[in-house]
Amino acid sequence: MKLTVPAFLGRMAFSALAALIGVVFALPLIWFLFAPFNARAELGLAIPNPWTLSNFFTVFENKFAMQALWNSLIQSVGGVILVGAAATLAAYALSRSSIPGKGAVTYVLLLFSSVVSGSAAMVPIFLIVSAAGLMDTHLAVILVFAGGLLPTAMFILRDFIDSIPKSYEESAMVAGASPVQAFFDVALPVIRPGIVVVVVWAFVNIWGSFLIPFILLRSDTNMPASVAIYSFYSEAGTPTVTLLAAYALIYSLPVIVLYLFVSWKFGFRFFGGIKA
Amino acid sequence: MTTESTTEKPKTKGFALLSPRAGAAFLTPAGLLVAVFVIAPFFWVIFVSFTNRTLLGRTALNPEFIGFGNYLTLFDFDNFFQRGQFGFSLILTVQFVLFSALLGQALLGLLLAWLIQTVPPTVKRITETFVIAAWILPEVVIGFAWFAFLDRDQGTLNMLLTSVGLPPGDFLLEHPFWVIVFFNTWRGAAFSMMLFNSAFSSIPPSYFQAADVAGASSWQKFKDIALPLIRGHIVTDLILITMWTFNTFTPFLLTNGGPSYRTELISIYNYRVAFRDFEFGKGAAVGVIIMLINLAFALVYLSLGRKKRKA
Repeated sequence: MKLTVPAFLGRMAFSALAALIGVVFALPLIWFLFAPFNARAELGLAIPNPWTLSNFFTVFENKFAMQALWNSLIQSVGGVILVGAAATLAAYALSRSSIPGKGAVTYVLLLFSSVVSGSAAMVPIFLIVSAAGLMDTHLAVILVFAGGLLPTAMFILRDFIDSIPKSYEESAMVAGASPVQAFFDVALPVIRPGIVVVVVWAFVNIWGSFLIPFILLRSDTNMPASVAIYSFYSEAGTPTVTLLAAYALIYSLPVIVLYLFVSWKFGFRFFGGIKA
Repeated sequence: MTTESTTEKPKTKGFALLSPRAGAAFLTPAGLLVAVFVIAPFFWVIFVSFTNRTLLGRTALNPEFIGFGNYLTLFDFDNFFQRGQFGFSLILTVQFVLFSALLGQALLGLLLAWLIQTVPPTVKRITETFVIAAWILPEVVIGFAWFAFLDRDQGTLNMLLTSVGLPPGDFLLEHPFWVIVFFNTWRGAAFSMMLFNSAFSSIPPSYFQAADVAGASSWQKFKDIALPLIRGHIVTDLILITMWTFNTFTPFLLTNGGPSYRTELISIYNYRVAFRDFEFGKGAAVGVIIMLINLAFALVYLSLGRKKRKA
């Protein structure tokens, strides 16, 4: 391809501008590339000398921090199992059964789920959880997220199941399988990629969430890592920056890994449509 | 919607794999969870907003009906616009949405999506990586990263400013509103970038090639070819980022709503009224107003989606 001089300069300007924006986006994060590996890290940017993993060992020895990571895992995995299972069953029913008004169901659920945001519904969610006697339990966080994420999860999965021909299950049923067998043995393996998408999306959402566990959990033993990190840096006195930097990096790792996994497997565009 | 699916698949019309009973059983777990944690809160918040319920004290157990009392307090025009009052938060949130979502995220996303169409792959990949990293990392980590970035004495920003001879500043104290505007623009631009990016790549390349032959500049191609063709995507993007920005709680992690209520967005105001001042009735009334505004946006959005599907 031949380029004229002005066109070449134009391209250079575009690249320079894109790179500049990239740098501006990188600036607040650069600190995170260095501080976790610097035993004397402060809020200032400094290249570690020497590079060390000692901050990570401090985290591993901190009982509260490790407990919080464990709590994040319990809440995320619990919520994901519930969302994955309930959404798959419901989406399959919406796609494959002849229940009257099923089109309207999805529409109404989507409407509700976008209207009832965490910011709008924090008071009633608190009151419902407290009336159910679930205050300060993992189960409260799990159930609230399952309910909140389900409409979108069902919507994604229903679209996915709609795109799969019914003939798979039909031929299984011709061969004598019951509808339930056709679901578990034939449909489920075919739907699996859709379920993976929903599960990853739900996991990232619960793992990263702050507001809901912040208002529903009181005791240190139940707090997830997000609330722990917030309390580490917001409480009076200087935060233990070394610990915090390494801890925040560990806490971010699952999200980064899942993101890379998804973009490798599905191309990253899917993440675009469906972040809550 | 039902008519649509039958016209799409005329062969399977009238035949369902699951009986209505099995279908209902499959729907039950999801139905219960959504009913209790999404639909019930919707009605409960309306109910609570007409009471004087508090977290502690006598009215915690025996709240009284006070009619529109909470709403009258919120819309008390004697102090409506004062800092820390509902009107101040509402207007602050509108400005926040305007600057950080509609101007910041959408314009920056559009610019980025256009730029990365033409730049070399290395530049594209590096820029994309950081823009997307800002978006996918957990909000608490981002909050802390900015807390360190803006630190008055050691933060990276002031280090850079002083190194080029500019005076450092205590931005969280002096310009807290603009800090959260930039913060939210930075945090959310990736979504608009990805949406517009996929919109641009859906345009047939021959359109641009024809324009190239005619000697059109990048700006002309953008303005006269790309922009009119992605108008639908722009509307979708604007509605979604408006809803998300309107409801976001993330700036709380950076500023706690302060100093002196200057970054108290409506979600943070709701949190403070309900969980710091313990006035659940008043907090519920704020929640109802947030939901009404959400409802307006969601209805517009869903009706656009339906129209598109029918067309």
